[in-house]
Amino acid sequence: MASYTVAYEKSKSFFEAYERKAELQHQTHYCPGCGHGIVHKLIANAIDELGIQDRTILITPVGCSVFAYYYFDTGNIQSAHGRAAAVATAVKRARPDSIVLSYQGDGDLAAIGSAEILHAANRGEGITVIFINNAIYGMTGGQVAPTTLLGQKTTTTPFGRSEWNEGYPLKVAELLASLEAPVYIERVGLGNNKQIMQAGRAVRRAIENQVRGLGFSLVEVLSPCPTIWKLDPVDAQRRVREEMPKTFPLGVFRDRTKEAAARPRPPAPPPIAEIPRILSVANGLPRTKAESQRSTIQVDLRVKIAGFGGQGVLMLGEVLAEAGLDAGLEVSWLPSYGPEMRSGTSNCHVRLASRPIDSPLVSRPNALLALNEPSLDKFLTSVEAGGWVLYNGAALPDGCARADVHTISENFTQLADELGDSRAGNMVMLGALLEATGMLSGDSIRTALERLVKSQRWLEIDRQALGRGREVARRGGFHAS
Amino acid sequence: MRKQLTKGNEAIVKSAILAGCRTFYGYPITPASEIAEAAALYMPQAGGVFLQAESEVAAINMLYGAAAAGVRCMTASSGPGISLMQEGISYLAGAELPCVIADIMRGGPGLGNIAPEQGDYHQVVKGGGHGNYRTIVLAPDSVQEMAGLTALAFDLADEYRNPVVVLADGYIGQMMEPVEFPPASAPRPAPGWAVQGTAEARRNLITSIYLEPDGLEAHVRKLDAKYRQAEEREVRAEAWRTEDAEIVLVGYGIVARVLKAVVEQARACGLAVGLLRPITLYPFPSGELQRLSRRARMFLVVELSNGQLWEDVRLAVEGRTPVELYTRVGGNVPSAEEVLAVLWGKARPLAEREELVHG
Repeated sequence: MASYTVAYEKSKSFFEAYERKAELQHQTHYCPGCGHGIVHKLIANAIDELGIQDRTILITPVGCSVFAYYYFDTGNIQSAHGRAAAVATAVKRARPDSIVLSYQGDGDLAAIGSAEILHAANRGEGITVIFINNAIYGMTGGQVAPTTLLGQKTTTTPFGRSEWNEGYPLKVAELLASLEAPVYIERVGLGNNKQIMQAGRAVRRAIENQVRGLGFSLVEVLSPCPTIWKLDPVDAQRRVREEMPKTFPLGVFRDRTKEAAARPRPPAPPPIAEIPRILSVANGLPRTKAESQRSTIQVDLRVKIAGFGGQGVLMLGEVLAEAGLDAGLEVSWLPSYGPEMRSGTSNCHVRLASRPIDSPLVSRPNALLALNEPSLDKFLTSVEAGGWVLYNGAALPDGCARADVHTISENFTQLADELGDSRAGNMVMLGALLEATGMLSGDSIRTALERLVKSQRWLEIDRQALGRGREVARRGGFHAS
Repeated sequence: MRKQLTKGNEAIVKSAILAGCRTFYGYPITPASEIAEAAALYMPQAGGVFLQAESEVAAINMLYGAAAAGVRCMTASSGPGISLMQEGISYLAGAELPCVIADIMRGGPGLGNIAPEQGDYHQVVKGGGHGNYRTIVLAPDSVQEMAGLTALAFDLADEYRNPVVVLADGYIGQMMEPVEFPPASAPRPAPGWAVQGTAEARRNLITSIYLEPDGLEAHVRKLDAKYRQAEEREVRAEAWRTEDAEIVLVGYGIVARVLKAVVEQARACGLAVGLLRPITLYPFPSGELQRLSRRARMFLVVELSNGQLWEDVRLAVEGRTPVELYTRVGGNVPSAEEVLAVLWGKARPLAEREELVHG
């Protein structure tokens, strides 16, 4: 038997036998003359040469190449139609040391996945994209692609692609090269051996960029599809060589591989013990004094606070809830939300109770804090008999009086203005409520304010405002204790 | 440990990070945006990844990639965004990838409005994407549960290798209540099946394609067996004062909170009323409802959707007991007084019938 040396063999990054295929495990499922097989070989060679087989993760979405995992002995993730660039983004971010290759066809990348590829490129994700442009939908049997040539007949352009109906062929390499972030973009062809050799160099370079930690690289490969084009493999290759480059010129559209800085590595994560502090989660803190000495008085305060946006409605509620929590009570705070936050009216529901709170929605308040007249109109009738109504006005408007509730009418906003900032009207009102009802200790209110108000100046204004509110209530003869 | 006043949406993110999640991909939408905002603030500080994707479609596929690579990951959205994610959720379930999705429901259909509703019940609980799959669905009714059920969601997602949805409404997301958070756990190691770009994991493959009918049938049966197992093991519900209940209210989320107040008020009026609150919407607490139907003379389902929950309750009760329905939609939430009035209206004919029978 003659001895021989192996001059050329199957790339190591391919499986020896294609056991993931149901049958014909010695050959690929690609048609004779198809470009996929060639590009697979170029990629496998590059993986071998760069010594990255273990690190490589191949992402293959819908298209003829969806079964690339039959062949590549690397990590493989099959993904949804068009979403490979999004999938690749997250794989690379989860595993920064892996080499992530997104292998996409023209329907996948340039039609249904156009948003994902554009944004992955624009973020400069550190991935490598191999984009097979054969100007047709192959797997689904020959429908028009975004890259189909003008005049080209497909099953969904039976009269030829028209610029008036389907628009012009989409030039992906040129389009993405208009972005700032990509490092390397080249269009190559599989039109003859010379072009294929160049395609091999481009593929290797695009992958090597990732090994070097650089950002986004893409190689667009003009590729024959003899079966769907209804050409024999030789004529199909001629078309790639002679016709396609008239629309899709070959060449390098972006090359910053020399000057590009490596994408920064994610910083080392903090120790787990630091996480509660980072989240401001008070794990392990001792209970406050108030919490460990639960009040024996039965409390069931159901407060509705309402006014214009900007009057501090939500903040008033928050101080009340925080103080209640500090006092060892069960609390809930529920806001109106959305556009109302930006203008118009705002309201919130606050409950403070000795027992667990069933509904955080306050439909029958026993305290209404109305910071404007529309709020008073809207909610006055809902107040429980014997409850409290605090109104931000010198007197209740005509027809609004209710004999069965306690009422404090005062121009709280004006009182706050006298203290230096009309926005503290909410705190003046809160002070009056606290004085009149005798609920919550001064300590709890102070603790709440210190938790919620970060500015020293505002803390001082709010303290004065609360004091002013208490005076108002006392002067009106409302003093609980 | 000290309880902290925390917003529902924020509790989800804090709990996720404490549960070892370090990956969030999302897209803003009211009333879920605080979740993305909190993730943007905390994830990078915790050594994690936050990215606002170009769309919900991209975001859910980023979860597909992160989960395939073996890390705990989550996203959050509301009605319209969840609709966009459905294809990706089907792929995640098909490829058996764990992830957590928070849906803070708003009013629909279409653009609807941003007020609280429960109209996503069908698209989330029944699995709104294509193919034979289910998602496990947890329905918190308090901020404490927003935290607790988010942590549980990660564990269930890992155990069943399946997407888990935390389904809340705008009010549960926006309101603040005291929360006690658990201690921080370290991110778990990547599971053995994950594609990690290492020699050990090189042969791993994540896919949802099964070309041969027999292969796909076997895969669907395997998924189905997981769902049967979840139905046996993971059902959670709160039975509130149901021991002697002749009328059982059924509701979840913010509605269940209102219904607790209704139970108190109704009992004060002499009606033997209880509440069954499903905590898992899938698997659904059908067994518990069947058990209650032996005593109960009537169920009243209250929901912020057009009878979507009602269908499941009727399926569970199998016609043994009348199942009445009261709904508010469009962003309206019924008050306890309103539901009590409805309850009276429905209980009276029941009582009169009884008198006819016994009298």
